[in-house]
Amino acid sequence: MLEIKNLTKVYEGGTQALTDVSFSVEPGEFLAIIGLSGSGKSTLLRCINRLVEPTSGQIIWNGQDITAASQDEMLRIRRKIGMIFQHFNLVSRSKVITNVLAGRLGYVNPAMSLLNRFPKSDHEMAIRQLERVSIADQAYKRADELSGGQQQRVGIARAMMQEPDIILADEPVASLDPVLAHSIMQYLETINREDGVMVLCSLHFLDLVHRYADRAIALNKGRLMFDGSPEEIDDEKFKEIYGKEAERIG
Amino acid sequence: MNKNKPSLKRSFGTALTVVVGIIVFAYGVKVTNVNFETTRSENRLTQLQRVIRALVRPDIIEYETVDTIIEIPFYLPCPEGQEIEVPAADTSQPYLTASEYCGSPGDLIVINGHNFTPHSRGPINFFTASGVKKQLGNFETDGDGNFELEIELPTRQPVEEAQHIQAIARLRVGSPKFTETAKVTWEKIIETVFMALLATAIGTAAAIPISFLAARNLMSENKSPLTTVAFSIVGWPVGIYLGLEIYGLVRDFLSPYTDNALYMVLGILAGTVIIYLLFKAIVKPEETQKMPHAIHTILRLILLFLAVITVIGLMIFLKSILRSAGLALMEHFEFLGFLGNFLFQVGESGYLVIPAVSALSIGGAIGSALGKIGQRISDKSPASVVKIVNLIAMPLATALLFVLVGGALDWFYQINNPVRTLYWPAGIGGAIGFILAVITGPKQPLPTGMAIYFIVRTILNGTRSVEALVMAIVFVIWVGIGPFAGSLALALHTVAALSKLYSEQVESILPGPVEAVQATGANHLQTIVYAIVPQIVSPYISFTMYRWDINVRMSTIIGFVGGGGIGFLLQQNINLLDYRAASVQMLAIAVVVALMDYISSVVRERMV
Ligand SMILES: Nc1ncnc2c1ncn2[C@@H]1O[C@H](COP(=O)(O)OP(=O)(O)OP(=O)(O)O)[C@@H](O)[C@H]1O
Ligand SMILES: [Mg+2]
Repeated sequence: MLEIKNLTKVYEGGTQALTDVSFSVEPGEFLAIIGLSGSGKSTLLRCINRLVEPTSGQIIWNGQDITAASQDEMLRIRRKIGMIFQHFNLVSRSKVITNVLAGRLGYVNPAMSLLNRFPKSDHEMAIRQLERVSIADQAYKRADELSGGQQQRVGIARAMMQEPDIILADEPVASLDPVLAHSIMQYLETINREDGVMVLCSLHFLDLVHRYADRAIALNKGRLMFDGSPEEIDDEKFKEIYGKEAERIG
Repeated sequence: MNKNKPSLKRSFGTALTVVVGIIVFAYGVKVTNVNFETTRSENRLTQLQRVIRALVRPDIIEYETVDTIIEIPFYLPCPEGQEIEVPAADTSQPYLTASEYCGSPGDLIVINGHNFTPHSRGPINFFTASGVKKQLGNFETDGDGNFELEIELPTRQPVEEAQHIQAIARLRVGSPKFTETAKVTWEKIIETVFMALLATAIGTAAAIPISFLAARNLMSENKSPLTTVAFSIVGWPVGIYLGLEIYGLVRDFLSPYTDNALYMVLGILAGTVIIYLLFKAIVKPEETQKMPHAIHTILRLILLFLAVITVIGLMIFLKSILRSAGLALMEHFEFLGFLGNFLFQVGESGYLVIPAVSALSIGGAIGSALGKIGQRISDKSPASVVKIVNLIAMPLATALLFVLVGGALDWFYQINNPVRTLYWPAGIGGAIGFILAVITGPKQPLPTGMAIYFIVRTILNGTRSVEALVMAIVFVIWVGIGPFAGSLALALHTVAALSKLYSEQVESILPGPVEAVQATGANHLQTIVYAIVPQIVSPYISFTMYRWDINVRMSTIIGFVGGGGIGFLLQQNINLLDYRAASVQMLAIAVVVALMDYISSVVRERMV
């Protein structure tokens, strides 16, 4: 169980990105995070694996306070939290397989990994994960030779190499066309259903939220505006989340 | 009409600018001694002509020459009533013709030479019957090997028989050969290119790690609480001191064994095996360990310490064996002498490198280990305890720093007064540390990364602003005149220049992949290797090539200050007014620089 308690983030320039956000996520849940651009979705997700240092509040996972973890402990926690990005964030000059194997860095012998040596079992696992997202044939291409949809699948494979308990997906489909968007979301759904991985996914389109999420939370200017089932988002709630002038499009 | 006003103002401004400009340039002309009069002076123009003519005839190729005497018979005075036989000349060889073949003393006659070596000079002599030689003039042949010279016949006792007019021609025999100048120039240009290569290699090796320290985006994330800072400040100098001591101990312990080949080989084998075993034990993944964490950590530290000592011992053995092997090679196989010398020098460099490595690695190890302990205290203890620890540790750390600075000042200025170089710095440092510990919050993260970044940047900027030529002067004093001094100077300058270029490259990488790799739980080094290195390899290579190019240019002139390479030769020949030789060196420099320019641009194009 993941519990976020009174999470607040103030960036160095003074931007109040999150204000007193509290909610919790059950294991195996698929949680959508919605909100306008700049509402703090990315900040929230990045606080969970401490790519962004929270200003105050607590993030408690299986009884451990992530915000209080030391640097060494944080490495250990991070390897159980996979992350998927809007712009894929692959190392474009490296091979696909190397990008995928990078997901094991938290587990392998650090000295050997610096020499680019991974155990055979990790190699097999990497190929399996690539097969799972149907791009095993691209394994030895350079990452930047792949299309956007393929790159995002590599991103998923990399996250799955971590054998994660949680996946943080920050607008994983915002740079893809609608068809690809569904196929990527379906991979996430499979991971969520079959492997029981908790998924926290920020999304811009409500139809995707309705289609894939068990539950949704909404942020507006860094404050939690909504926490409930996607079906509960009616027109009134919608205007609360997105502002009075907003029109529903999907 | 009002609009005229600002435009009047503007014209006035323009006029003022022009006047100021003229004044500035007039002053510039004065201080730089511009004097166009000298450029027209007759005397200087002839000198210039001479130099330029020498320069366009580089002294590269020469022929073996023999002095050949070519002569024609001559009657002085003309024999009466007798026809003079003019011998038929062999027109395939150099030969002379004359306007007259007899004459009275004091007559002017014209001598023509044919088939001589083009552009050659030589004397024209009158050779009497009694074997006395009198020089009548000098000939200088034209481009076709011909000359024409008017001579005055000598006043002599009349003689009946034929006497001779001779031309002594310098004739080329055999095939063209490189001159001594060309050979020396070739040797020196090779030396120059290798100087540049060595300097670039050493400079690059040092610049890569430094460039990470000088990259803002990497360093700005590193923040540590005061406890960590204080502990590592204490750890570093202590570690460096220990490193030097340990090196001394290991060296003394091994010294009886380092002149016996068998011991050396055994030592190297044993060392390698021990290091391998220790390494395996140290890096065993922690999942397989059943021990409690603290004991495990301490055990690992002990193993690491043993490994460091073994590595030092191994390096000492390696150094000795390289030296001995090099010496043996030089002694017994002359043709492998340069390889022997290479091995010997690599071994020899161990005397400098091993203590440095030992000091820095143990310094770094103890610095970061203490830093980690500090971090742990800061993370795990209540704020009040941390505050107390800071109040003790920080004054100690700053006092130690100040004492070290005091020691350095003592060394520079030979103050020899412990009150001023020891007690005062300790006191002031302690006080400053105490104040720092009081004013900073106990667990407040401090921008240590940025502090290191600014220090490294400042040192780099300072080093870069000193010209390599000036550095070479210092190194010449340290290691003597020669290419080694030049290489060191260029290497140092390369470190500074490349570190800056590299670090700017690091600063411009995409942050996304770095974030993604960090999110997998990768540590600092892994993040560098997996997310940063792939993004910077090709610009690094292209900058290195660019730098090699610059180093070749620099190494051609570093000889001017005694730094070896072709510059030394060039300067010497200019001082000796041997412009034809200097011309060879200038030509060589031009060719090599142009070639490097081309090669590096091709390689860079391929890489990027
Ligand atoms: N590194 C940063 N430094 C300072 N301010 C930041 C930083 N990152 C984000 N912010 C600010 O924090 C607020 C929240 O940003 P965040 O990226 O979390 O929003 P978001 O909901 O993910 O937006 P989007 O949908 O556009 O991705 C914004 O006002 C943004 O300008
Ligand atoms: Mg975002």
